[in-house]
Amino acid sequence: MSTAAVFGSGIRRREDPRLITGAATYTDDLVLPGMVQAAILRSPHAHARITRLDTSKAAKAPGVVAVYTGKDTDGVLAPVPCAWLLPNSELKVAKYPAMATDVVRYVGDAIAVVVAETRYQAQDALELIDVDYAALPAVVDPQKSAASGAPQLHPDVPGNQAFHWTVAGGDVDAAFAQAEIVVKDRIIQQRLIPTAMETRAAVAKFVPATGELTLWNTTQNPHIVRFLCSLITGVAEDRLRVVAPEVGGGFGSKIAVYPGELITIFCAMKLGRPVKWTETRRENYQATTHGRDHIQDVEMAATKDGKILGLRCTIWAGMGAYLSTAAPGIPTILHGLMLSGPYNVPAVKEDVFGMYTNTTPVDAYRGAGRPEASFMLERMLDLLSDKLKIDPAEIRMRNLLPPFADGCNVITGLTYDSGNYQASLKKALDHIDYPALRKEQTKLRAEGRYLGIGVCTYVEICGLGPSQVAGAVGFQGGLWESAIVRFHPSGKVHVFIGASPHGQGEETTFAQIVSSELGVDVNDVKVFHGDTDNTPMGWGTYGSRTTAVGGAALAVAVKKIKDKAKALAAHLIEAATEDIDYADGKFFVKGAPAKSKTIQEIALMAHVAWNMPAGMEAGLEASSFYDPPNFVYPFGAHIAVVEVDKETGAVALKRYVAVDDCGPQINPMIVEGQVHGGVVQGVGQALWEGAVYDDSGQLLTGSMLDYAIPRADLLPNIDVLNTVTRSPHHPLGVKGIGEAGTIASTATVYNAVIDALEPFAVDNLNLTMPLTPERVWRAMQK
Amino acid sequence: MTVPLRVVVNGQAYERAVEPRLLLTHFLRDLVGLTGTKVGCDTSQCGACTVLVDGVAMKSCTRLAVQADGASIVTIEGLATNGKLHPVQESFWSKHGLQCGFCTPGMILASVALLRNNPKPTENDVRVGLEGNLCRCTGYQNIVKAVRDAATHEGGRA
Repeated sequence: MSTAAVFGSGIRRREDPRLITGAATYTDDLVLPGMVQAAILRSPHAHARITRLDTSKAAKAPGVVAVYTGKDTDGVLAPVPCAWLLPNSELKVAKYPAMATDVVRYVGDAIAVVVAETRYQAQDALELIDVDYAALPAVVDPQKSAASGAPQLHPDVPGNQAFHWTVAGGDVDAAFAQAEIVVKDRIIQQRLIPTAMETRAAVAKFVPATGELTLWNTTQNPHIVRFLCSLITGVAEDRLRVVAPEVGGGFGSKIAVYPGELITIFCAMKLGRPVKWTETRRENYQATTHGRDHIQDVEMAATKDGKILGLRCTIWAGMGAYLSTAAPGIPTILHGLMLSGPYNVPAVKEDVFGMYTNTTPVDAYRGAGRPEASFMLERMLDLLSDKLKIDPAEIRMRNLLPPFADGCNVITGLTYDSGNYQASLKKALDHIDYPALRKEQTKLRAEGRYLGIGVCTYVEICGLGPSQVAGAVGFQGGLWESAIVRFHPSGKVHVFIGASPHGQGEETTFAQIVSSELGVDVNDVKVFHGDTDNTPMGWGTYGSRTTAVGGAALAVAVKKIKDKAKALAAHLIEAATEDIDYADGKFFVKGAPAKSKTIQEIALMAHVAWNMPAGMEAGLEASSFYDPPNFVYPFGAHIAVVEVDKETGAVALKRYVAVDDCGPQINPMIVEGQVHGGVVQGVGQALWEGAVYDDSGQLLTGSMLDYAIPRADLLPNIDVLNTVTRSPHHPLGVKGIGEAGTIASTATVYNAVIDALEPFAVDNLNLTMPLTPERVWRAMQK
Repeated sequence: MTVPLRVVVNGQAYERAVEPRLLLTHFLRDLVGLTGTKVGCDTSQCGACTVLVDGVAMKSCTRLAVQADGASIVTIEGLATNGKLHPVQESFWSKHGLQCGFCTPGMILASVALLRNNPKPTENDVRVGLEGNLCRCTGYQNIVKAVRDAATHEGGRA
């Protein structure tokens, strides 16, 4: 294979050899000399006053080194910060202490920490801590939280309202006044638990003699963790090193800075010994952020031929007991700005009420705001389709924006970069032979079998994002990415990136970018990430941004290398720089390819520096800090086929077609894997997953026994197809793919089930996700 | 209180005094130092901790170390021989059967046991056979593909 062809090739991942042999080191695998183990005592009550806290028995238990409570950390650790300060929203950030001192506000709120010689001793000692609680009334439903007389969580947040955010465009009242038809629904976007297979963990090591603190942490963004931990602990950034070792999935749940790692740091600094803390799965379900949790009242105005006139909605977004790092931006900026999706929607208005509730804080979860927006549109379109007797695929075709290659302004104020929505829908319909499928559905219904077909078209906003926009919407950081490309004398390359992949395979795809652009063998490129001591600052891996923004940073650094190499080649060949051409690792004189220098020869000369052009520095290295001029907007069309068992209500997912467009694909094998995983997570929301709290705030789905993530035997193979529409502003034309599947599949599968139940005239109001057999069966009985 | 425990792990004999309550997974990770075996759920749902005990796939997080007394255990670190990957490892690599890698050790060992019992499984056999191993990244499709690929390369061999 020529190196140029490495771009676009589904080569095997270089990450894998260590992962398939057990040689990878995740945070909990670390063992340091003198290391002790921490375990955290968490509140069993959703809302209570701590009236007595006695740690004396625990302190005397075998192996116990220390026990600390909120009294010890209060004033030493600054409150856990919220880093998305939504403007113009009356945002109220309640104090979020690492450990509660007087009132606990959700099941899982940290109260005390035991440090012991072993994991078992620390767990044993937790049971010896005596706590008396005076229970307080709790509220778990975000709309009830807003009601007068609701239990109040924070003294400085009257009415429990964390924020009220609005977005509006066009004349929505006029749209509804003109409407020939209005459809409406209440949609429950149930709370989800991200469930990365690796729970969260931290190892902190403090060296009192030097004042240096190292934190190994299960994070998607070590540089943000360093920045925020520095602010919270007072350890200067230059003395604070954060390492994300191997990280076992995140899906948004490893973006935030949490009390757990702060408590671990606190213990390590107090004791001068390395401290490890690893969540149990129950702890992970109680104290690592959840996602979604919206009550959505949505209505859509349209003409009788199915053209959308306007969309109006009110969202009650449960935020949990405290505002997690990025939480306020999720149901607002990442949700409300995508209200028009891939459709021509002339008018929109949305009110979002962010409410404190006695539940685990929410934050980003794969898709983060966008699945919740896509779902609303797709439900409304299917309701319109049903009322107007227009086929669901046809009604989408009528409303999709026409193709555009370089910018399309939409009603919420965004400018989509490029799109060709009809093409992806047509491809999906053709692939599944939609007309034949509808005929089969009719035939099977006559036999008493209930096939359902769900169709969804979507666009997402990702590649977050222009820093100026980040600032304007209150994100307390930039959203650029960085890359350093360093040649060594022998022509081998090291790449250092600020982003922090944890399963997405960028060690491979980024090497492919360098290889294809510079002609270096892909195996001669090593990619470093995840350690703040040896990588440039970057904002992390989330929001489908690593390739979209970090890949762009790398492409720009590579271009700088290429320009320098070209000038050096010209000097060595004794030709003018403008006469030099490049192909597949060689710089040569135009029309005289024999007069050439390889990139390896140039790298060597740049290092020995015996013969450099006047004024050119030695070395062959470049860095780039890339701030994207716009977001990227991947899109696609998905179709699901389900069959509902009339006797049991069980839903079987029979077929799934995903057509996604993320621009040119660097590694199609990896892209396909991202689509598989994303789709299945969205299917999980539609059919199986849901965090359940009882009215007193007990988490009833507190382990994998009760919270059902998708299993292999419940899924079909997914047909993955694509179209290719370049982003006009990205140096490589690429968009993101990490979240696409999740953004489309929940609505696709939900709509398929409703379609299957059409003979039963099921009203969506009665059928909330997850669509368990019991719920579906009960709906069919009405 | 401790009790003596003798096991063979990846061909090497170990003798340790262990607490009776010590879980096999913690014995392997903390006492033997083989951290390839992962703990994902604590309740025997996810299978990340799967190891082979006398050739049988078992979830080591819900098994006491003392229950393995006298047994021969294979963990992910012991699957490759003389630096050559096991066919199931090869297939997971070539078919992109993993992303974050956390479920992978357990998934690979469960797959080896599956192929021993059923050397030529159908797609459905693999899906049903691996329902006790959870993965959050891959949607399972490429795992199934990898296991069926390994079946064509003696994936069930010891």
